[in-house]
Amino acid sequence: MNIVRERLKNGIIKENPTFVQVLGMCPTLAVTTSAKNGLGMGLATTAVLICSNMVISLVRKLIPSKIRIPSFIVIIATFVTIIEFLLEGYAPSLYDSLGLFIPLIVVNCIILGRAEAYASKHSVIASLFDGLGTGLGFTLSLTMIGIIRELLGTGKFFSRPLLPASFEPAIIMIMAPGAFFTLGILMALLNQYRLQKGKN
Amino acid sequence: MTQILVIFLGAIFVNNFVLSRFLGTCPFLGVSKKVETATGMGLAVTFVMTLASIMSYIVYDWILVPLEIEYLYTIAFILVIASLVQFVEMVIQKTSPTLYQALGVYLPLITTNCAVLGVAIINKNEGYNLIKSIFNGLGGALGFTLAIVLFAGIRERIEKNNILEAFKGFPIALITAGLMSIAFLGFQGLL
Repeated sequence: MNIVRERLKNGIIKENPTFVQVLGMCPTLAVTTSAKNGLGMGLATTAVLICSNMVISLVRKLIPSKIRIPSFIVIIATFVTIIEFLLEGYAPSLYDSLGLFIPLIVVNCIILGRAEAYASKHSVIASLFDGLGTGLGFTLSLTMIGIIRELLGTGKFFSRPLLPASFEPAIIMIMAPGAFFTLGILMALLNQYRLQKGKN
Repeated sequence: MTQILVIFLGAIFVNNFVLSRFLGTCPFLGVSKKVETATGMGLAVTFVMTLASIMSYIVYDWILVPLEIEYLYTIAFILVIASLVQFVEMVIQKTSPTLYQALGVYLPLITTNCAVLGVAIINKNEGYNLIKSIFNGLGGALGFTLAIVLFAGIRERIEKNNILEAFKGFPIALITAGLMSIAFLGFQGLL
């Protein structure tokens, strides 16, 4: 039980893939134009991460270390193809809005990073929860960025109007520059929190 | 001819891979502390992306389509790219050890650079022929190089300035990238 809690906490807070490790920036910046897209992307990545971590952990002793990276990538690409089909079939609107970034989950450095740093050295159960923790950390960050950008850029929260009509939406927030600004300011706030915590 | 020019210039400026499509953001933020390494990275990516456009076109149209296994494109493209990167790594190691050292861990990471896989998938989705694919790949890569070299130049100067403690490192880099992205929005009216 301990390892479960430890892995989840590690993935979500201590080694949060977005804010602490600064990995997987492309989907983080590109698909967070709305909270729903951020959440969808996060969950799709989590699913791939859990499956690939488990399979890689299962076959870790069979793969010669020289060809491990290409083998990992093939395993990851297989799960991404499966997820792509599932999304196309069951969530076509999400499939359309994520578009190019679904096949690009293959090259998300978080997934290969976890495979190399954790799943290739640990048991199946530990790897499963490592994948779940890291995936949830990524999902939470993406949803948070999505909520902020959607709220400031359109005045809506999960596609429902939230702010009063007098609020003038700042379109720039749902365009490309808004992604950089939101993430930059969030990271600065986190740094500020850490600095103050260090002082006390 | 005009169509090719539009694709080429569009990939460099209007749909800049880093600043408007968000492809290849990891090396963009990671290897942009010095202009020299940024240039090296840009050149390596240019080489790989152009070759990847050609190879992925050949693999898709000559192998996957005749065999009716188009849905395996993700796996096929990533394998093509991984072997290309391995090849480029060997060439650079032999010809320029200093550049090899400077690029360090980021060279194998070109495999997981989404700009490379991205351009292969964009070419496929848009149904570009071989010539258009090459120019889209080359243009995208030059756009990446332009963005990363400019960004590295700005970051070198930022280093020497007095900025808030909390903004040091990634936050100020992201905000700089945001401002550059606004500047690139100006190219929207170009084509």
